Amino acid sequence: MSYTNQRVAYGNTLVELGRKDSRIVVLDADLGGSTMGKLFETEFPERHFEMGIAEADMTSVAAGLAQTGKIPFTNSFAVFAAGRAFDQIRQTIAIGRLNVKICGSSSGLSDFGDGATHQCVEDIAILRSIPNMTVICPADANETVEAVKAITQLEGPCYIRLNRNDYPNVTSEGEKFQIGVPKMLKDGKDVVVFAMGYMVGTALKAAAELEGKISVRVVNVSTIKPLHEDTIKEMTRGCKAVVTVEEHNVKGGMGSAVAEILSKERIPMEFIGIQDTFGRSAHSYQELLEYYGLTADHVKDTIEAMYTMETK
Amino acid sequence: MGYDKETVEHLNKVARTLRKDVVISVGLDVPGHIGGSNSSADIVTALYFYKMKHDPKNPDMPDRDRFLLSKGHVAILQYAALAESGYFPTEDLKHTKELGSYLQGHPDVRKTPGIEAGTGSLGQGLSIGLGMALGQKLDHIDRKTYVLLGDGEIAEGQVWEAAMAASAYHADNLVAIVDSNRLQANGRIKERFDSGNIAAKFLSFGWNVMEIDGHDMEEIMSALDRADDVKGVPTVIIAHTVKGKGLSFAENVVSYHNGMLTEETYRQALEELA
Repeated sequence: MSYTNQRVAYGNTLVELGRKDSRIVVLDADLGGSTMGKLFETEFPERHFEMGIAEADMTSVAAGLAQTGKIPFTNSFAVFAAGRAFDQIRQTIAIGRLNVKICGSSSGLSDFGDGATHQCVEDIAILRSIPNMTVICPADANETVEAVKAITQLEGPCYIRLNRNDYPNVTSEGEKFQIGVPKMLKDGKDVVVFAMGYMVGTALKAAAELEGKISVRVVNVSTIKPLHEDTIKEMTRGCKAVVTVEEHNVKGGMGSAVAEILSKERIPMEFIGIQDTFGRSAHSYQELLEYYGLTADHVKDTIEAMYTMETK
Repeated sequence: MGYDKETVEHLNKVARTLRKDVVISVGLDVPGHIGGSNSSADIVTALYFYKMKHDPKNPDMPDRDRFLLSKGHVAILQYAALAESGYFPTEDLKHTKELGSYLQGHPDVRKTPGIEAGTGSLGQGLSIGLGMALGQKLDHIDRKTYVLLGDGEIAEGQVWEAAMAASAYHADNLVAIVDSNRLQANGRIKERFDSGNIAAKFLSFGWNVMEIDGHDMEEIMSALDRADDVKGVPTVIIAHTVKGKGLSFAENVVSYHNGMLTEETYRQALEELA
């Protein structure tokens, strides 16, 4: 089954996994219609828990369920899942390495209409600073399916960040997903772009437009933590510059995680992302991405500027 | 109530032993949560040595009752109960909080056998307990989850999220016990932050509410037994207690929330608990 929306892919995959594994339980905080937890609720009403508008309670209840051998998935918007329930994740899930999966839906700017209160640009930074956490952000709906399967197999806490909107896939259906291993989607020898989530497609578009001019390598960093150091270093080999692209605050996000690894590699880096500011309302996702410079044009310009500087 | 006199006497003796263990594990010249441990000691004794089905040789036995210490700062009391039950040697209690010890300042589910949940950030235990109670129901395990809260702790809003949810899910296998010693870290609850009528609050959230003397062993036993007969709603037992109970110099004294024992008070404590 092919999907073009990460939430729909997520909800359906949970149902598919739920048929085979009765340990899977799903919790929602009155956003199941959006997180697509409702699909699981319809299929397995006794294994779905509507916890009301109470994310803190939902998160700790999931910890308790995990302690009885269940595999709980908690769903909410990223801003509530990662922000409001931070202490519960840290105290009741991460310290004990409990087997709870936390889904941050409608992340980044993807909830374009709701504005700064609902647009989460901090979740990756928050979650990757918590010991024992695995942090995943799939590039598209296809990768979401495989990522959900993989994290179900993983024994331990995990955060998965999803986008609200429909958009075309950049990975293939059924493509093997390995937690922690960044994947090269396009080879190139001049500049390497590390991209996350929706921005992987944007980076690929920029790379295609530069074809014949600058040879750009594009890497999908869909596991932000643990991030495979050797692979990140290997991916930069031969390239003159590194560009990171993420729909997240550049402070503490995927770019920062890559920079931590490359800090001794003496390679120039540029960070594209939300420049330490909050989101705002717009009538469309694209309009908002343009406002924040998260476009193929901006990625292209940045690559060109970096390349020109390094080959002068 | 009619409990066998010998059983009650034995439990009272165990409670004294736990209080003594607490004193020993706090030791000299370092602060420890003596006050809240001693107010909870009789309740914890009744749970581990009378009410709960549990097996020190098989802490993960699926068919067990579960106990969570939401007021995680009195971990030393739970460690005493676990050690006296046979989960680990009582001699280890004096190594509590030492660097490298499996007995941490707050309960750690990965480090200590018999600990069901990581607690310490107050207000989260009732939610975790509800998750366990729901898990027990899913697995058709007819056992209970007991959660011990402090009366200062209930200022945390998450307690009431959990109270609402437990009621919504008819979690009649969840039993909360509020150790109402009327003191919080910085003073008398009534004076610092008046949490009002605890019983009325739980009642309005749809819970079955009992109020007992938290130092009367028979009353504790009876309340725990009566909770078994309640169907369809969760139960809360509000246990009226004295912080520091059993140590004359610490009873009702705010500073023993996380207090230090001197050579003199340490000796006096062991004498009073002999």
